[in-house]
Amino acid sequence: MTAATRSLSNNLSTFLYQRPRFVLILLLLPPLLWLGIIYLGSLFTLLAQSFFSIDDFTAQVVYQPTLDTYARLFTATNLSIIFRTVMMAAVVTIISGIIAFPLAYYVARFASGRMKAFFYIAVMLPLWSNYLVRVYSWKLILAKEGAIHWAVNALGLGPVLDWILTLPVVEGSSLSTSYIGTTLTFVYIWLPFMVLPVQAALERVPRSLIEASSDLGAKPNETFRKVIFPLAIPGIAAGSIFTFSLTLGDYIIPQLIGSSRPFIGQAVYQFQGTAGDIPMAAAFAMVPIVIMAVYLTLAKRLGAFDAL
Amino acid sequence: MPSKTTTAPDRSKGNAGWGLKAAAWFGVLYLNLPILFIVLYGFTTDEASYSFPPPGLTTEWFAVTWSRQDFWDALALSVQVAFAAMAIAMVLGTLAAAAMYRFKFFGKEAVTLLILLPIALPGIVTGISLRSAFAIGDIPFSYITIVLGHATFCIVVVYNNAIARLRRSSPALIEASMDLGADTFQTFRHVILPNLATALLAGGMLAFALSFDEIIVTTFTAGQQETLPIWMFRQLARPHQRPVTNVAAIIVMIITFAPILAAYYLTRDTDDVAGSGK
Repeated sequence: MTAATRSLSNNLSTFLYQRPRFVLILLLLPPLLWLGIIYLGSLFTLLAQSFFSIDDFTAQVVYQPTLDTYARLFTATNLSIIFRTVMMAAVVTIISGIIAFPLAYYVARFASGRMKAFFYIAVMLPLWSNYLVRVYSWKLILAKEGAIHWAVNALGLGPVLDWILTLPVVEGSSLSTSYIGTTLTFVYIWLPFMVLPVQAALERVPRSLIEASSDLGAKPNETFRKVIFPLAIPGIAAGSIFTFSLTLGDYIIPQLIGSSRPFIGQAVYQFQGTAGDIPMAAAFAMVPIVIMAVYLTLAKRLGAFDAL
Repeated sequence: MPSKTTTAPDRSKGNAGWGLKAAAWFGVLYLNLPILFIVLYGFTTDEASYSFPPPGLTTEWFAVTWSRQDFWDALALSVQVAFAAMAIAMVLGTLAAAAMYRFKFFGKEAVTLLILLPIALPGIVTGISLRSAFAIGDIPFSYITIVLGHATFCIVVVYNNAIARLRRSSPALIEASMDLGADTFQTFRHVILPNLATALLAGGMLAFALSFDEIIVTTFTAGQQETLPIWMFRQLARPHQRPVTNVAAIIVMIITFAPILAAYYLTRDTDDVAGSGK
């Protein structure tokens, strides 16, 4: 480096050092512009669309502010779609938490070296490999002629499975057309999103804290309940943001696997696509936004944002 | 009897009960066994249904896939989109992380929320928002509209990785560098960047993966073009040559396995230490 460029870089460095506000703007402006214009701009466009309505005869959007679309939103059919989706998201989140926690806990606390590498890859590989094909893999497994039905029949438990499939909420002709199938697939697809933040939260727990707890006379399960688990809650909350939100907005999984009863995502997709009713699709898309706003507020209180 | 001179067990880790081990293994098998079915069905002779066990095995689907130009086009588009989205996300995510780590300012929480929002809100909301905005702005669907959507939800991934590493690294290092006479740029080049590099790379690869996988937002922003996931989705609706989708999936898995391993070895040393957080 020549003396001239060195002093230039030095001067610039000093200049920047004395103007932290300027540096802040320099750093923050590009991401804020991107997110502000492309993302927030689009969101507001959508919000605006939901206050327009569609003309029943011409099927054209009428650009006049009205609450008609929202009035049409709260029909019994739509409410049942919303209820069904929220219940599914809640069930998927709970099951994901139950399966993810021991896995994350084992990897964070007990696995080391090669074992840890193995588990890390075993969680990351499904995250990386194609979303759609992983959904498709469950279609293969759950199909009437597929592996699970085959295995259950081979064990002579066919009638039991058939009986389960006739139960009121479950009902379906095979696993791949029942809510059981939909739930299994959702959990399978979003599980890594729960494992990773929980594991990260558990790894942040200082060993000295656990040692202190046992030095002070706590039994291992007391230490777990009173020290480790509370410190993992932000991680669980962070993971649940993903599992809950991703389930709310997904329209591929319920379309490929499950009964034909629609979820929010499918409803939005159909309103904007085949029905061409953009205002209605926009109003319907506000539902998951409102639900997630409530959910994020709760998750924030549990410290989820620091654990992301 | 094997000699006892092999590596001593890591005593600081302790031993897990069998129940915990079983639960952990259950999770791992649940996450990975289905992928084996994808591989198995890539070799089946049954091209119209999903019969198990497969009636016969064949390798012809690999040749069929290889000769399908539409598959190669979709793969090429997906790779291009993912690289572009990754590049944009790495720049914007790193800038945001640096600003958020270094400064306290009014509205900081709102900025955190804004960065998080594209991934916290369901994909369909992002998708339909972008579509309605493109429609109103009269922007035709193209490679660029796909990248715009993808980069938006990839920023948060890079941001998370970068800020986690920044919070973990000691501010004393930066102060020491300044005390020893390095200017801002030298400190950035020789202290901050090497410290941050592996986290950025890992974040970038996650962003790549997220983009490569995406179908929900893409359906709304792609128009006629087919990324690999969209190609596969349309492929599923066709009654013939079903195993071609599986072969495509196998190829994708092989291609992506190397970066995952690389990411792991890059971030392992810094992240393995339990309790190494703030």
